[in-house]
Amino acid sequence: MRAKGYPERGWPSAQPEGLLLSAAGLPQGVRAAPPEAVPRTSRPMRPQACGDPAGTLCVERLSKEFGGVHAIEDVSFAIRPGTVHSIIGPNGAGKTTLLNLLTGVYAPSSGRIVFGERELTGAPPHEFAAAGIGRTFQNLQIFFNMSALENVMTGRHLRERCGLLAAMLHTPRLARAEHECRAKANELLRFLGLEDYAHSGADSMPYGALKRLEIARALAAEPQLLLLDEPAAGLNPTEALEIDGLIKRLAATGTTVVLVEHNMRLVMGVSDHILVLDYGRKLCEGTADEVRNDPRVIEAYLGATDAPEALHA
Amino acid sequence: MDSLARCEPNASSRFDALVARWRAPRTVGFVALALVVALLPLVMVNNYYYDIAILVALNAIVCVGLNLLIGYAGQISLGHAGFFALGAYGSALLASRYGWPPVVALAAATAGVGLVAYIVGRPILRLKGHYLAMATLGFGIIVSIVISTEDGWTGGPDGMPVPPLTLFGFVLQGERTWYWLAGGCLLLAVWIASNLIDSPIGRALRAVHTSEVAAEVAGIDSARHKLLVFVVSAVFAAVAGGLTAYYGGFITPAKASFLHSIELVTMVVFGGMASTLGAVVGAAVLTILPQFLTVLKEYEMVVFGALMMVTMIFFPRGIVPTLGRYLQRRRP
Amino acid sequence: MGGQWVQFLAGGLTSGAIYALVALGFSIIFNASRVINFAQGEFVMIGGMSMVSLTALGLPTGVAIAGAVAIAAVVGLLLEKFAIARARGADVVTLIIITIGASIFLRGIAQLVWDKGLHALPPLSGDNPIALFGATIVPQSLWVLGVTVVIVSALSWFFGSTRLGKAMLATSHNRLAAQLVGIDIGIVLFASFGLAAALGAVAGVLIAPITFTSYDVGVMLGLKGFAAAILGGLGSFPGAIAGGLALGLLESFGAGFVSSAYKDVIAFLIMLAVLFFRPDGLLGALRTERV
Repeated sequence: MRAKGYPERGWPSAQPEGLLLSAAGLPQGVRAAPPEAVPRTSRPMRPQACGDPAGTLCVERLSKEFGGVHAIEDVSFAIRPGTVHSIIGPNGAGKTTLLNLLTGVYAPSSGRIVFGERELTGAPPHEFAAAGIGRTFQNLQIFFNMSALENVMTGRHLRERCGLLAAMLHTPRLARAEHECRAKANELLRFLGLEDYAHSGADSMPYGALKRLEIARALAAEPQLLLLDEPAAGLNPTEALEIDGLIKRLAATGTTVVLVEHNMRLVMGVSDHILVLDYGRKLCEGTADEVRNDPRVIEAYLGATDAPEALHA
Repeated sequence: MDSLARCEPNASSRFDALVARWRAPRTVGFVALALVVALLPLVMVNNYYYDIAILVALNAIVCVGLNLLIGYAGQISLGHAGFFALGAYGSALLASRYGWPPVVALAAATAGVGLVAYIVGRPILRLKGHYLAMATLGFGIIVSIVISTEDGWTGGPDGMPVPPLTLFGFVLQGERTWYWLAGGCLLLAVWIASNLIDSPIGRALRAVHTSEVAAEVAGIDSARHKLLVFVVSAVFAAVAGGLTAYYGGFITPAKASFLHSIELVTMVVFGGMASTLGAVVGAAVLTILPQFLTVLKEYEMVVFGALMMVTMIFFPRGIVPTLGRYLQRRRP
Repeated sequence: MGGQWVQFLAGGLTSGAIYALVALGFSIIFNASRVINFAQGEFVMIGGMSMVSLTALGLPTGVAIAGAVAIAAVVGLLLEKFAIARARGADVVTLIIITIGASIFLRGIAQLVWDKGLHALPPLSGDNPIALFGATIVPQSLWVLGVTVVIVSALSWFFGSTRLGKAMLATSHNRLAAQLVGIDIGIVLFASFGLAAALGAVAGVLIAPITFTSYDVGVMLGLKGFAAAILGGLGSFPGAIAGGLALGLLESFGAGFVSSAYKDVIAFLIMLAVLFFRPDGLLGALRTERV
């Protein structure tokens, strides 16, 4: 159980804290717990509004404020398992904030997040991970002090439980588990075309490889739902095409993929469902065609002039 | 990923893994250290050298633990002398005042310190950077003041005598006996630390050090892991403290001082963070050096302070990694 | 009974004023460089010990004070130039060890230049205790409080009305923005160390007649000054003053009513309590911490 008023984790944070601001009546980003106690470990709870089947990520009236700035406001949607879902919007629309909320990096100011039967509102990031949600970052968060293989092995942390005593004594059981972990990690590196980098330090790998390494690391935990934050950013068209293929292959295995992207060609080509954000609010959602032709979306991206070509890229 | 084939480890690949592990720099380092410990008596002429070697080993035990916290997990503690002294005084009190068998007293004191570290660690490790440094500093100083003030228990600033260490009725005394005991304990400490680093827990710690967000998102409970390594490092310090008390036959509150905490951190950072062997080297250099510096009695502080500054300004990664890098570049 | 209260109050305010000056020094340096200067206490020591030497040389009091402050300021500037400036961008552990190394180094030098003994300084205006509301107060206490008030006013003017002062204040709020408007951070850093050292030296000069001074008097004072800065909110100038006074009073009353043997523990317990429950302190500065 978390103590009341537990300070906000600030990653990456710019929110002010302190007596002065609370005295000024501005919200502090301290999590607003739902009426019932937020369990630290999962407790099956039938969500009222999100009555959808298991594996669905259900977001209900989610809001996030930073000292008066409404980064995300009253956003609700559901992501069905096995689909490829994209979140798009102009810069500053709150896409990364939303991803941070969906992985527990930020705690919501209000609203609920339910994954399958598990209430995840206000839980710390490692509980979101334990529930089966994985993610990559827009600004690479690679473990540069490790090799590529070790990065992926670290991603498998949830699958490889290990007690302190076993770790200190390097028991044969641990040795076997490590061996399996290494084998799985190597498989993943091969899957993403990174087998040559297995033993190189991550700090010596090129940018494109690092982007794929982050995906490999996220996949190592065998997530049910994978959130990709601008996976094609900084990649040339060939590499972006590879990402396109990768996402399709992932979707084919039944992993739900949620994509935050600016690359419209990729988004339109791969998504089953698109959510458009603007100024922290949901602008509209639907299939690629529906979104492409929605006048509100066109206006948000391009202003009131009629120039929808960009959305048909 | 169901589409990935499940690889069953077969006999030959397991052998390969074993060979790889034996060839790893960590194992080489361990073997080298074991050789040094075994062969050093051949060059040590008199008891004075044995004494120094024992002190080095005991300091190194603390440093190996502290290195896990500072070098691998990326935290900091400016109050580890507090754990050292609690282990020392705890063992001493249980053995002398309550007549417990010294080994049991040591074990109990160590367990007690682990508990203290667990309780204190939870709130302290929520802090980061300078705030964490100052909180650990505060803890260490409070311990040292309490030890100095409660002279009814601890003998106050003058210290208290400690009964000798006995094992199955044998009294372990004398530099030569203690050399093997301290050396053995050091090798055990290094072995445990190396295992920890190579395990999933070690990877989790290194991950938390580099990017706590990414580690959390990968499912690593960073708070729990930080607490774990904090407690482990405190336990290492307590064991070393207890052994130091038994060896010296006497302890004073100076062992809990801020200066001692700083010496320990300097040994770790000087030797090289994220390098277990580096921690041992750092302990060795910074234990032996003051012995030479006593010649320059009044200049000891000046030189020590200058050394700390110069090392951190020019070798911020510590001696061992810097040397390692230098040697790597020289290789054709 | 009332006399006892006033006694503790006076004592607490006096030591509180000293802590406030030391805490101000910490905050000034922290704001400019995000470095916690563990050598801050040594500036206090240098101020007091220099004053001893200069007075022994026969210099008039005013000149000796100015000299002591100047010496400390120069030491501070040298420290910045040769140790801190070279280690820019280093991580927390490295910086901490550097400043701790500096503090040990300075103490070692002090040991050589002076000696390990205690030294006394004559008070600024005589020894005759003043009776006030049932308590006896040494005149030096009044000097401490008076000078501190003057210094705080001078600092407010400095930060509010002079170019350098405003630059330093701007840097403390947002370093990058300050650089972008053309403020030379290097100069701000340089000046910060000099100013912090001067403040420390003033504290040392003021307090030396009340408590003896010696080569290691800086350690505890530095640590307690730091606790005061944390209490008030690291980086906040009003916080440093409030924290210093609060700490002095808590210590004084705590030692008086609870336990005098554990007087020193009070400061650190308070520091731990603040760090655990309210890391930003009483008047916490805005924290834009990037983890």
